[in-house]
Amino acid sequence: MRKGVMRPGHVQIRVLDIEEALLHYRDLLGLIEVDRDEQGRVYLKGWTEVDKFSVVLREADQPGMDFMAFKVLDNAVLENLHAALVEYGCAVEELPAGELVGCGRRIRFVAPTGHHFELFAEKEQPGKWGVAKVNPEAWPRDLKGMKATRFDHCLLYGPNVQATHDLFNEVLGFDLAEQVIDPEGNRAAVFMTASMKAHDIAFIDCPEPNKFHHASFFLETWEDVLRAADLISMTDTSIDIGPTRHGLTHGKTIYFFDPSGNRNEVFCGGDYHYPDHEPVTWKAEDLGKAIFYHDRVLNERFLTVLT
Amino acid sequence: MGAFIPVGCRGGGCGVCKIKILQGEYKSKRMSSAHISDSDVQQGFVLACRVYPCSDMFIETMAIETMAIETKTIENPDNE
Repeated sequence: MRKGVMRPGHVQIRVLDIEEALLHYRDLLGLIEVDRDEQGRVYLKGWTEVDKFSVVLREADQPGMDFMAFKVLDNAVLENLHAALVEYGCAVEELPAGELVGCGRRIRFVAPTGHHFELFAEKEQPGKWGVAKVNPEAWPRDLKGMKATRFDHCLLYGPNVQATHDLFNEVLGFDLAEQVIDPEGNRAAVFMTASMKAHDIAFIDCPEPNKFHHASFFLETWEDVLRAADLISMTDTSIDIGPTRHGLTHGKTIYFFDPSGNRNEVFCGGDYHYPDHEPVTWKAEDLGKAIFYHDRVLNERFLTVLT
Repeated sequence: MGAFIPVGCRGGGCGVCKIKILQGEYKSKRMSSAHISDSDVQQGFVLACRVYPCSDMFIETMAIETMAIETKTIENPDNE
């Protein structure tokens, strides 16, 4: 049952060199740089996103993900979910409004996979970038690179996938949209949604906690994904795989790396989910086809190359 | 058959291409401290994707446990 979580709000990604990272996220992915703060963090967003920012880059000595946040309907929901998390046994940390520039107060907890998650209700909402609020044109004409439209989801690796599923389902009201089941009946992967999307957050089982597989950005068409692939070649950007299709979610995708080794995805299409849908199930024995629908073989990097 | 260096993220982040440099001059870029600690650096451990040789290099590759599938696709990532 839905509990008032609306959508992914932001992800804070650690990078080894902030200016190199900006050439990637701003000029290649085409995110819009919207602000910087006293800590040197850089704030960006996809042009269709109405809130102020969705990606925060922080320079650090090891890449990876600091945290991912979800926006909830209002402050009453935030209060309710805070209490529910505490009751469920989570340690909840409070971050004051303004700690991220333009974002209201956040609450933060650690999932059993070891990842830090946040909830917030308020963020400055300047609207879509480059188009008017009334009679908006189809798209802004001065977008860069891949013209990524929005931050869409993250795929994260860690232990205790079932317990993390239970927390997201029972406390935060996410539905299980798609899953990978091993021969013993255990969930090896869960793709969870707070919306109609096939995933707002996904987890794959891995012994090491708090590992970052990728942050994903939405494009409209397969042609846009092919154009992204062209840009990856033109800029000699480190590619992982694709363009191809996933079995899980059926999204059409390309994986590549930022200059610090964090994996990114741009994708289009994919399945949809309503709350009365049964989860879509893939067998762990067929993981190759589940992940890379055309090759039907996993590349070893999918399981081992993480930040 | 030569020694293989597995290819990962090519950005100094994932640690897959860790090697030990025994001899040779090189320049390097920043590497994740999760995989290369200060004492690693002193012992000559580096991530190959962040190393730009300035002379012939004598290196030791790590044991490759799980990278069998991808070893055939290795290229020189330091061709700048």
